[in-house]
Amino acid sequence: METFLGIDYPTLWYLVVGLLFSGYAILEGFDYGAGAWHLFFRKDLSRRIAINAIGPLWDANQVWLIIGGGALFAGFPVMYATMLSAMYIPFMLFLMLLVLRSSAIKFRSSEEMPWWRKTWDIVYFMSNTLISFLLGVVLANILQGFEIDEGFTYKGGVFLVFLSPYAIMTGFTTLSLFMTQGAIFLLLKTEGRLHARLTFLLKKGMIFFILSFAITSFYTLIYIPGVTDKFKEQPLFFILPILAFLAVANVPRLVSKKKYFQALVFSSLTMAFLLMLVAFQLYPVLLPSTIDPNHSVTIYNAASSQKSLGIMLTMVVIGAPILVGYLLFLYKTFNGKVILDDTSY
Amino acid sequence: MDLEILARIQFAFTIAFHYIYPPLSIGIGLIMVVMEGLYLKTGNKEYEVLTRFWLKIFAITFGIGVATGIIMEFEFGTNWAVYSKYVGDIFGSALAAEGLFAFGLESTFLGILLFGWNRVSPRVHFISTLGVFLGSMFSAVWIVVANSWQQTPAGYHIVGEGLSARAEVTDFWAMVFNPSSVDRIIHVWQGAFLAGAFLVLSVHAYYLYKGRYIVISKKAFKIALSVATIISLTQLLSGHSSADGVAVNQPAKLAAMEGHYEKSAPADLYLFGWVDNETQEVSGIGLPGGLSFLVHQNFDAPITGLNAFPEEDRPSQVNAVFQFYHIMISIGMFLIALTLYACYLWWKGKLFDKKWLLRIFIFSAILPQIANQVGWFAAEMGRQPWVVYGHLKTSEAFSQEVSANQILFSLILFLVVYAILFLLFLYSLNKKIKHGPYEEAKNPNEFLKYT
Repeated sequence: METFLGIDYPTLWYLVVGLLFSGYAILEGFDYGAGAWHLFFRKDLSRRIAINAIGPLWDANQVWLIIGGGALFAGFPVMYATMLSAMYIPFMLFLMLLVLRSSAIKFRSSEEMPWWRKTWDIVYFMSNTLISFLLGVVLANILQGFEIDEGFTYKGGVFLVFLSPYAIMTGFTTLSLFMTQGAIFLLLKTEGRLHARLTFLLKKGMIFFILSFAITSFYTLIYIPGVTDKFKEQPLFFILPILAFLAVANVPRLVSKKKYFQALVFSSLTMAFLLMLVAFQLYPVLLPSTIDPNHSVTIYNAASSQKSLGIMLTMVVIGAPILVGYLLFLYKTFNGKVILDDTSY
Repeated sequence: MDLEILARIQFAFTIAFHYIYPPLSIGIGLIMVVMEGLYLKTGNKEYEVLTRFWLKIFAITFGIGVATGIIMEFEFGTNWAVYSKYVGDIFGSALAAEGLFAFGLESTFLGILLFGWNRVSPRVHFISTLGVFLGSMFSAVWIVVANSWQQTPAGYHIVGEGLSARAEVTDFWAMVFNPSSVDRIIHVWQGAFLAGAFLVLSVHAYYLYKGRYIVISKKAFKIALSVATIISLTQLLSGHSSADGVAVNQPAKLAAMEGHYEKSAPADLYLFGWVDNETQEVSGIGLPGGLSFLVHQNFDAPITGLNAFPEEDRPSQVNAVFQFYHIMISIGMFLIALTLYACYLWWKGKLFDKKWLLRIFIFSAILPQIANQVGWFAAEMGRQPWVVYGHLKTSEAFSQEVSANQILFSLILFLVVYAILFLLFLYSLNKKIKHGPYEEAKNPNEFLKYT
């Protein structure tokens, strides 16, 4: 098998996919999170400011989902096909909510009528909340595994099996994590009364986050089989949960010191460390089979050919720096507090 | 209902709906680049007003295009799992390239394009417009490459057998430049330019008809008419070249397009007609031997007919393919005639004198849209029963593990959500057009005050 720096291509692609989904979680994390606070803002103007805080950025942030999905399809077609068809209902809901969410952003402020705006406010709030929740649900389902047979075909139930108690708990955790991220982001983009309100809301949000984070962590330790085995094999990686824990603890400290940018960095790091933890836990498995571990979808049996992975790794090496350059330019252009003008949403 | 049919209905519905928007974005994008470029070059505020106005309409079409496009990306996995595993190695790299090199560009610069007027210089803003436009053009390239590979696979080999069989890349560039991709990319781009140009023509014809925004509407109309004329004429060339390719690479599709059944005989070219799949006859008006002439420059040259293929390996909906194909051609011809006539009047200095012509232009915005849709239907139905031509049948490609009830559930959701989305699109398009580029004053030159 071909390698680069001693790492085989499927593992490299696994890292690429992990990086893309971390980027997605961090960037869309504050977009979705900001939206999940939407109904907690009372005034129409506050709601408009909150939407326009992500206004110029959310399309660019969403690119990470598109590229992540494409990378999964391209590099691990078996994983992509098996996961999406196994989790048909949650993914269809997720996609539909994405459509509703972008419609809400575009159309909410296009009319003056209060009923129009209130309706879209509810749609916007619900879609952001449910999307954040569903992403956690999907993650939990992957950790728990699927009934996958020897042909990598899903044999499990079809409608509501994805909503196990563990999945629900993880859903709440991602929601609370995104809400923390979103509130910190909005604190950076707002001033005056909305800023004061957000400071108050974030305190409640962090309690919600720390509670659900603690419960889910214990739940994972108790109910997900073999969760500690990996660390016995490679104790070095025990650094990941420690780092995640330190990052989590650092967020309230920085928030109370009003260092919001650093707080955003650490809440982003929290997500990154947690995802790394999941990635480490699964590797080299992508979708564990609950029927027989030999039927699990792994990065090796799900991967595209060496040739194809090689082509795509080259593309990433060329494309990723350009993409990051675009993104930095965009964020630099819209740095600072929200200013509403005639082009705003 | 049958799983395969449900999966196909859902895919056809979501892709057809999606395909209303990206061509509009690409086409309006081109016109905006011209308008803003002229503004930057001449400093004439009128062009800035036009750019800002079309940007508002662009924002809606682009937004809906992205939202409905994400669904397509994941629908391969949800509903076409076997297909996804089969083509992932090939299709995947095209999709990844699309994301990295095209979608990233357009989506990032979109923010600056829409909200950056007061934050960047006019030059940087123009570069952003150009970036978004080029990004959308590149997007089309990679998506059409992926689809063309399904029509005319190249640069691959098949590994494994039965359910675990899949195509793997052997030559990336041969895959990208497969026999049909260049013709089809150009053809699709041109269809997109026409969709945008005719919307611009329609809106400004409406203003001219109503006597509103006369000065800027004349300018915009002339820009769009120039684009529309050049593109509708050259569309004929790329269409012909594309059909030549189909004759060589997908003879069954070509035969279905003209309802030609006989194994090896000269084939006719129909103006319009009706195909009876039972009697294998076409009733309509056509040029005998016309297809033979187009393909071989000889009226008596034999063309491979549908009967040369076993029944299970050729399209069954021959009449549908025939009709879709002919509607596309008829619209193309009409657009050529319309734009040439308008150019003739322009040359005579009477372009805006005829109210009836403006009326035709107002309604003509729908025509490229119809042509784009039926063109794709002809291309996709003509490929049947294959999803990857010659290798994988559509009937074997869908997700077996997804139940009919699940698809019904998502299909109904799509129908409801897309119906709402379509109404919102029409409503806000109408509102933006009625509102116009600026608050109108009595003197048409007064608008400069408002910019």
